[in-house]
Amino acid sequence: MRLPRHAGRIAAAVLAAALALGGCSGSGGKKAEEKAASGGPRLKIAMVTHSGQGDTFWDIVKKGAEAAAGKDNVQLLYSADPEGGKQAQLVQTAIDQKADGIVVTLAKPDAMRDVLARAAAAKIPVVSINSGAEASAKLGAVAHFGQDETVAGEAAGRQLAKIGAKNAICVVHEQGNVGLESRCAGAKKTFGGKLQNLYVTGTDMPQVKSAITAKLQADKSIDGVLTLGAPFAPTAVDAAKDAGSKAKVATFDLNKDLIAQLESGAIWFAVDQQPYLQGYEAVDALWLLRSNGNALGGGRPVLTGPAIVTKDSAASLAAFANRGTR
Amino acid sequence: MAGTATAPARPPGDERLGRRSPLRRLLGRPELGALIGAIVLFAFFSAVADAFRQAGSFSTVLYASSTFGIMAVGVSLLMIGGEFDLSAGVMVTTSALVAALVSYQLTLNVWAGVAVSLAVTLALGFLNGLLYVRTGLPSFIVTLATFFMLAGANLGVTKAVTGNVASDSVRDMDGFASARSLFASSVDIGGVNVSVTVFWWLAFVAVATWLLLRTRPGNWIFAVGGAADAARAVGVPVARTKIALFMGVALCAWFLGMHLLFSYATVQSGEGVGNEFYYIICAVIGGCLLTGGYGSAVGGAIGAFIFGMTNKGIVYAEWNPDWFRFFLGAMLLVATALNLVVRRRVERSG
Repeated sequence: MRLPRHAGRIAAAVLAAALALGGCSGSGGKKAEEKAASGGPRLKIAMVTHSGQGDTFWDIVKKGAEAAAGKDNVQLLYSADPEGGKQAQLVQTAIDQKADGIVVTLAKPDAMRDVLARAAAAKIPVVSINSGAEASAKLGAVAHFGQDETVAGEAAGRQLAKIGAKNAICVVHEQGNVGLESRCAGAKKTFGGKLQNLYVTGTDMPQVKSAITAKLQADKSIDGVLTLGAPFAPTAVDAAKDAGSKAKVATFDLNKDLIAQLESGAIWFAVDQQPYLQGYEAVDALWLLRSNGNALGGGRPVLTGPAIVTKDSAASLAAFANRGTR
Repeated sequence: MAGTATAPARPPGDERLGRRSPLRRLLGRPELGALIGAIVLFAFFSAVADAFRQAGSFSTVLYASSTFGIMAVGVSLLMIGGEFDLSAGVMVTTSALVAALVSYQLTLNVWAGVAVSLAVTLALGFLNGLLYVRTGLPSFIVTLATFFMLAGANLGVTKAVTGNVASDSVRDMDGFASARSLFASSVDIGGVNVSVTVFWWLAFVAVATWLLLRTRPGNWIFAVGGAADAARAVGVPVARTKIALFMGVALCAWFLGMHLLFSYATVQSGEGVGNEFYYIICAVIGGCLLTGGYGSAVGGAIGAFIFGMTNKGIVYAEWNPDWFRFFLGAMLLVATALNLVVRRRVERSG
């Protein structure tokens, strides 16, 4: 076979060029296999909640999400705003950022309707967590991880009756949150005694304390206080002390301070919805969907609670709570 | 004080016109510092956040800016007139609640609710103005009182009427679609969805600018803010001007309230608290003096743009959200400081 005169030089030039370009194949090969084994390319998942600043509950949710993100090679973008319209804007920014998936809370489902339709139009899968189970599927979320607030409320109402309360208050720390309203409504259903709602500003702890104190001073027959978030229970205990009231304090949610108070008997019980699971499962579900086409829950909400924690079970959870994950 | 504060009308051939070069006139504008701040901030976020540079993101930023900016128009004019309105944030919620409750409870076409809401909100603005004029108390105190009263009434009335803390959904009622297209639709421009509030915002700014710079009431606004007694002495209707300014804020609150209602169909009675400070911040960044008599509507708009950019830019830049408000505060400080430096330089050179 006759070669062109400069064949050798051309071959050398081609080889040099191929090496200069890195000599890599863009697709297939051993690298692609390794990539697939590690779960594919790095995903970007946005989590947008209705949390106020510096809330322990949402810190636990975030820790769960971060744990899953670490395992699944996911870049987690967390943001939050308690006002419905502003939370919707944050979801819009996640769409603009071309996130691979969005985790969202639906405390104010009407405010999220349009922006979630835009997420669907941009083909970004959405998983909802925490409150809003009934709105989740309607708004196009592929899965929901949370606690059915009415079911949890009913559990709390039964437990409240069991510890002997007759006239209790339900302390609502976030106005307009339908989840909190259903907790009180659920508790009212099973409680049997009298249960009235008390609205406080959850972001302002001295105000929460003075409002509960004033209520307990005004009505001495109140013998039970049900708070709807972990940070409010110790405040309610203090408020009861200030007011000279013997009201038994119980709460929704859990954190490390509460474990000690549950063990000492200052707080009678806690209805835990396991926030860590909500953050973890939501990120993991999106990763499963993206990497293997799986969907969890069969179109129904996956319940992460209620789990009732009392004096007896508190000790075994102390180690996890101290780590800030329970 | 700005030169505009003293001249109710400019006769042709006035010596104050024509002497200054166009450059000097530009440097004398109250919004210049804010404009430079906005450009710097835009360049900064474009550099650090890839997502920020996309057209879709810019539309989100503009939308966020417009929801602050529409209110900043009324608040800027009021501030040029020398007053504050701390009830502006909750008044937006009140306005939306009135429209929602009236339409739903009486089963009316939503436009009837919109009209009733306009009347009620303007009346609230009138009340703010009247209380201020009659009592002579600082507007800070008067509107602080109405702020608390409105916040309480929002929850109290909503709870009493609906039994819930939010109004019932008006999504399926007559007139919702047409009201939504006016107050809360979006327009497709070259594949990018731009909220209609952005256009309304620009229109509000244009009208306010015309009012301030080209009409007699505009001169009155500068006059009552700069020196109310002197203004009264030369025949400016101080009381009427101030009441009208409070009603101007109410008009903006009504418009934003309608936007929120027709975007989300229900209204949460507890929202809006704290937003009044954002509106004031927008006006101040935009060059309005806290003491009155100086400022512009365009400045307030640029202030709102800076605020919207910072607000969303931090998210696009993927900074740690725990520090969000720290960054926000730092950006505001830088923007206002820059504003001050520019103005001082201009005053020295002029």
